[in-house]
Amino acid sequence: MKPGLIIETRNLSYRFGNQLVLDQVSLNVREGSIYGFLGPNGAGKTTTIKVLLNLLQTEKGKVFLFGKDLNKNRIEILSGIGSLIEQPAIYSHLSGKENLLNRALLLHVNTTRVNEMLDLVNLTEHANKKAGKYSLGMKQRLGIALALLHDPKLLILDEPTNGLDPNGIIEIRQLIRKLVEERGKTIFISSHLLSEVEKMVTHIGIINRGKLLFQGTIEELHNVSKKHLEIQTNDLVRSRELLCKNGYQAEILSDTILIPYLSEKHSAEINSLLVKYDHKVYSLTVSKQNLENLFLSITQI
Amino acid sequence: MLGFLLSIQSEFYKTRKTLAFLSAILLPLILCILITAGFYTHADKIMFLSAKMQWFRFTGAFLGVMGSLILPILIIFQTFSINNIEHRAEMWKSLFSLPIHKWSIYSAKYVYVVFLNALCLALFASFIIVSGYLLNVLNPELKFNQFDISGILFKLHLKLFLASMGILSIQFLFSLLWADFLKPMGIGFVLTIFGIITANLGWKYAFTIPYTHPMLALQSMMKQVLNNKNEQMEFDLMSQEIYVSLIVAVLTFAIGYFVINKRSIR
Ligand SMILES: Nc1ncnc2c1ncn2[C@@H]1O[C@H](COP(=O)(O)OP(=O)(O)OP(=O)(O)O)[C@@H](O)[C@H]1O
Ligand SMILES: [Mg+2]
Repeated sequence: MKPGLIIETRNLSYRFGNQLVLDQVSLNVREGSIYGFLGPNGAGKTTTIKVLLNLLQTEKGKVFLFGKDLNKNRIEILSGIGSLIEQPAIYSHLSGKENLLNRALLLHVNTTRVNEMLDLVNLTEHANKKAGKYSLGMKQRLGIALALLHDPKLLILDEPTNGLDPNGIIEIRQLIRKLVEERGKTIFISSHLLSEVEKMVTHIGIINRGKLLFQGTIEELHNVSKKHLEIQTNDLVRSRELLCKNGYQAEILSDTILIPYLSEKHSAEINSLLVKYDHKVYSLTVSKQNLENLFLSITQI
Repeated sequence: MLGFLLSIQSEFYKTRKTLAFLSAILLPLILCILITAGFYTHADKIMFLSAKMQWFRFTGAFLGVMGSLILPILIIFQTFSINNIEHRAEMWKSLFSLPIHKWSIYSAKYVYVVFLNALCLALFASFIIVSGYLLNVLNPELKFNQFDISGILFKLHLKLFLASMGILSIQFLFSLLWADFLKPMGIGFVLTIFGIITANLGWKYAFTIPYTHPMLALQSMMKQVLNNKNEQMEFDLMSQEIYVSLIVAVLTFAIGYFVINKRSIR
């Protein structure tokens, strides 16, 4: 195991019948990070999370949490995880507080934690109201309180802001920040909107159709999205050689050469250099992608 | 083991205010009040009987409805409610991602339903005895206080309890696997009716259908008692249908655990 990894999957694949839902996914989630797990509908986010919780069975040697094989240390690993999958699971005939008390009973947790959790998610005022009568946002917060009750090191949240209004989203975001800053948790949070998690995550994984297409820090994602000069010529390899010889950081990416964009003047210089040495320049464009477009382009491959 | 005990406690905590739990208490109570009221208003019809026969009539009024219909339906309803609490709250995925062995969660739920059934039948026996003595207080000419039926009555209800283990286990499995109302309840009702018909027709292989077991248990008890000389109320606790019921229970319980353990939670 690589040190500091809380979640690690090794070429994880999963099928529903003959549909390949996860295809060689290798997640790496470090301790203390907030990992945003992004992908459009049906990408395989919930499936990944269910695998991480051993709700869906996989072979040995594929999923490691806290450095241990999930299949061999199920109970020990699960005691370090709090989770919220899709809609929060809540008994609607019990009050919010009773829901927490029941979970505390089940997990042998001191009942003083119940009031702490109610406080933490701002539900103290509504503690004795039937959970079935809670608003969506309140249910979501109760779900998080349930997940946090046994003080897990890792919190796995599946679209916790789904269906919430802007205020609700901000509240959840603040709560998550607080958990990481004050309580040192590691958080794995899925979403289908980059903008929703962009401001709070430290790391990002982008999944589509079961393939992990990007994984890295938010800076690395920004780097991918820095403006580039995209050049197409008749002979990419020779052109790259020429450009590198002249001190440009040129790279070939499929059918274009990429150079970090500096200025218009700089672009013009590159063009004349290529023309001077008789390279045929087919196109020379500046690619500008914001993160959201980048995310879209990554997931539309 | 701790996980199992805590799970049982949690089952009680979750259901204590729901019909699943209350039905185990309310049903015997209501049925008792109704039948007692009936006997009170028609006391003259049994006045001339011996003490033993008065008890026999009184108890028979309960067992007539209970053995064939009410007990199976109550079990169908209880196994359904206990599992439906989790289906309705989408709780299975949550429960199975807690650091508790699947075995504890599963067996605790099963044991809790068994407990509810035992509670219900024990209350039936107790309420019948109490009502008998109450009738005697209300109408001193009755002879309920001249014969102690409690031993026989509890033995009889224990027999019913054992006879219902097969139904309970099958219905438990149905309700565990199917989230909807219709499948477990519908299949349960159909099989119960089928059981009543086959048991009444005296079909030779009726004992293979768990849904007939409570009825068959009562029938075999009656046969034995009627064959006894000098009105002895002796009968065997264990009989063919009880053994079948217990074997079915053990098998179904094991199958259920196997399914839960291997099945992915989608
Ligand atoms: N129980 C199931 N049986 C069969 N196929 C399933 C099942 N659950 C999910 N799938 C399929 O697996 C794929 C991935 O689904 P998944 O729920 O993981 O997506 P997701 O990324 O969570 O999407 P969303 O953003 O809509 O929640 C989908 O194509 C879906 O149809
Ligand atoms: Mg999902």
